[in-house]
Amino acid sequence: MGITSEVSLRRSGRIQARVIWALLMREIITRYGRHNIGFMWMFVEPMMFTLGVAALWSFAGLSHGSSLPIVAFAITGYSAVLLWRNMPGRCVGAIEPNLALMYHRNVKVMDIYASRILLEVAGATISFTILSLLFIAIGWMPYPEDIMKVLVGWFMLAWFGGALAFTVGGLSAMSEAVEKVWHPITYLMFPLSGAMFMVEWLPDVAKNIILYLPMVHGVEILREGYFGSAVRAHYDILYMGVICLCLTLLGLSLTREVGRRVTPE
Amino acid sequence: MIVLENITKRYNTRQGASTVLNGVSLQVKPGEKIGILGRNGSGKSTLIRIISGAELPTSGSITRSMSVSWPLAFGGAFQGSLTGLDNLRFICRVYGVDFLPCVDYVEEFSELGRYMREPVKTYSSGMRARLAFAISMVVEFDCFLIDEVISVGDARFHAKCQQELFEKRRDRAMIMVSHEAHNIREHCSHACVISEGKLNEFTDINAAYEYYQSN
Repeated sequence: MGITSEVSLRRSGRIQARVIWALLMREIITRYGRHNIGFMWMFVEPMMFTLGVAALWSFAGLSHGSSLPIVAFAITGYSAVLLWRNMPGRCVGAIEPNLALMYHRNVKVMDIYASRILLEVAGATISFTILSLLFIAIGWMPYPEDIMKVLVGWFMLAWFGGALAFTVGGLSAMSEAVEKVWHPITYLMFPLSGAMFMVEWLPDVAKNIILYLPMVHGVEILREGYFGSAVRAHYDILYMGVICLCLTLLGLSLTREVGRRVTPE
Repeated sequence: MIVLENITKRYNTRQGASTVLNGVSLQVKPGEKIGILGRNGSGKSTLIRIISGAELPTSGSITRSMSVSWPLAFGGAFQGSLTGLDNLRFICRVYGVDFLPCVDYVEEFSELGRYMREPVKTYSSGMRARLAFAISMVVEFDCFLIDEVISVGDARFHAKCQQELFEKRRDRAMIMVSHEAHNIREHCSHACVISEGKLNEFTDINAAYEYYQSN
């Protein structure tokens, strides 16, 4: 099957950027509206979650007697969860409400997923940045020891979440069962994701098992960047990178296959 | 020029695969106006969507060397929960057109008044057609795909379509689906009839209608 039209790669890139931008702005309007604080819900909502969790964990004393400041521990942990978990959630069943827009040739399944993923990354990142700055300013959180490492950890988690989003989004378009199964999976994954503990605190057997989960590595990198010498982090960035790369390939090919089958409304 | 070669489209249904188009070929030259006839469910809209690129064929190839509009149809192309104005904004962004200069034109052409700021799902089908038509006039295409949408609307809407599409843009190509014979007789130079997945071309519209009615 060949669809030919003489469009250069650069021009295609420009069109795709235009389409993703259009979808992103549309998503902001349909999701957050223009009432009260409008698009600011994009990061106010994750901030509320994170603050609530930070408060709960502080009361519960979840830092396991370690010397880590609990607020910083909660904010790094829960922000990381929001980052990788919300992207797939937003891509499940994302095609259906956008079917009408796919009447426009250049609006593809890939663009719909990409715009939703970008919006989630932006929301989680802004929320994490504001909360960090706020708590650093009032002295409840230390300065990150190695800001580069924090950025690397954040990037790896975003990559993992994005690749997972393409994969889960694509699968959910092929079978409705995926949507049902996805919720319990994320729910059960939360306590295992490294948000609530450092790998170092676990017994040796559990360490090796938990490190099969790619997001645990990302959280460990993030926390090493934040707390530096105060923690002993366990991670293998190469392992996480390989998993992310495989997921990206799988996700993009699933997305392509779904795009081929999609029938606009 | 648009060239369709040996297009086949199959849908998977619960009762197995159903072939809607079976080896369809068609050429559309610049400025050419083609009417498409066929019974309900014969594949007219599918063909239009494949020409537009909104759907991909199961096999066969399409070459487009001119710009082609989206299918101007009753459904599709708009997000129901967005207002008319936000839909216009979306389409301007997708097609790279400046939004602000278009607003007045669309408001005037569609005559939607304050409904421009209400969600499209609250519109009647006539209002939707007016909005769809007005927005599609904002983006310039070499070929317009019209799926029934000009059949609705009142006399004034028809007069406007007549002027904007068939007079101001008479140099453009057009592919038109309509159950109303006078639309096709008035505007098309020739016609095709879809039946049983095949496309039959007729240079004479009367011959096309005869074939259509005898099938």
